Amino acid sequence: MLSRTLLLPSLAALAMLVSPLARADALQDIQKAGTIKIAVPQDFPPFGSVNADLKPQGYDIDAAALIAKRLGVKLELVPVTSANRIPYLQTRKVDLVISSLGKNPEREKAIDFSQAYAPFFNGVFGPADIKAEKADDLAGKVVGVTRGSVEDIELSKIAPSAATIRRYEDNNGTITAFLSGQVQLVATGNVVAAAILAKNPPKKPETKFLIKDSPCYIGLNKGEAALQAKVNEILAQAKQDGSLSAIATKWLGAPLPAEL
Amino acid sequence: MDYTFAFGALLDYWPALVRGVWLTLLLIAVGAVGGTALGVACARARTSAGPWLRAPVVAYIELIRNTPFLIQLFFIFFGLPAAGIQLGELQAACLTMVINLGAYSAEIIRAGIDATPRGQYEAGASLALSRAQIFRHIVLKPAMARIWPALSSQIVIVMLGSAVCSQIAVEELSFAANFIQSRNFRAFEAYFVVTAIYLVLALLLRQALHRLGRCLFRSPA
Repeated sequence: MLSRTLLLPSLAALAMLVSPLARADALQDIQKAGTIKIAVPQDFPPFGSVNADLKPQGYDIDAAALIAKRLGVKLELVPVTSANRIPYLQTRKVDLVISSLGKNPEREKAIDFSQAYAPFFNGVFGPADIKAEKADDLAGKVVGVTRGSVEDIELSKIAPSAATIRRYEDNNGTITAFLSGQVQLVATGNVVAAAILAKNPPKKPETKFLIKDSPCYIGLNKGEAALQAKVNEILAQAKQDGSLSAIATKWLGAPLPAEL
Repeated sequence: MDYTFAFGALLDYWPALVRGVWLTLLLIAVGAVGGTALGVACARARTSAGPWLRAPVVAYIELIRNTPFLIQLFFIFFGLPAAGIQLGELQAACLTMVINLGAYSAEIIRAGIDATPRGQYEAGASLALSRAQIFRHIVLKPAMARIWPALSSQIVIVMLGSAVCSQIAVEELSFAANFIQSRNFRAFEAYFVVTAIYLVLALLLRQALHRLGRCLFRSPA
């Protein structure tokens, strides 16, 4: 008799352990707990860094706060490094990764992605009075770039032969050459351009055109369709009502590009 | 050593190397001619001009001889635009070479001038030569002959120092090496070849200067 009364619940418990179908869905778990755990960077400004009061700050932190707020739950930030952010997600220490994460085929095998939430690209930047909408417009212009960087290799492929590319030893040389007017335009990452803009220099590196695009996505575990749909819905809303663009303007010095 | 050289990887980049050699030669040609002329002028000012000219010349010589070449280059290329003086990288590099060599050669040439015996000036004066004539014919020529080996060495040093001009994107020889190794990741081969080219250039320059000195400052028989 005893064995019969225990058999059914035991089987049910076993089934819950082994079957993914029986597991409660992550969105429900988050809503039930009233807290969402989000992995954010703390060593990658302007996406994530620590301010003078030791509080995390940055694009990713603001994006995480936006997601939590619209889910109606409390936000718990989990600082991660670029090496451990995906393991943190896979071992369910966090529900989402908002950590300037780019998409590539290897990562797509391991985790799922939301829509893009932040622009991340190499491009050509320069002051407003110089017109350059595509690589061909660089003819007759002088562009500075850091030698051997991704943008150097890509720009060297697409720039016309009439363009002058000046290659500097490191990022600082490239930035100084631009700020001192030794080059008219500069090819670099949008994050670097944002860092220059933040200092409010007389020559402002505004986005001219894109060289290589790899926007950031929110990472989530595989098979969390409900959570993925909800996050995408929140992002779509935030893009429409301008709140994501406000975050972009705050941290990157430029509104969200239309392609996102 | 377990390394397989692949010099073939450099073949695609020979235009960069040729351009590098050409620009290095251009830099040292401008630097040597301009620097020596500036050196002669400064040496003369330091040895015979009044204090109103001597003071700024001494200040210039000491400033340049006691600061790094790289900083002088950055000052002219990155710093001066703030004062409204915008020089291109090649102009800035040439100017820095002239200014740098000018200060060192001024001191070398001054040593030669100081070694001129007093009696030579008096001999010139007794022949009714003007001060400028005395300087040119009696003082400067033997002085240059005396210090020519030292000046030649300094010119070679400045040529080798021109390698840092790659920092302001002058595409001279070391820029070519850095550029090539940033593209094919064959750093050993790139620097191996460029080192050899520098060595050959330096030896040829030394030889050329030696011949030039014999030709220019040979005492009339």
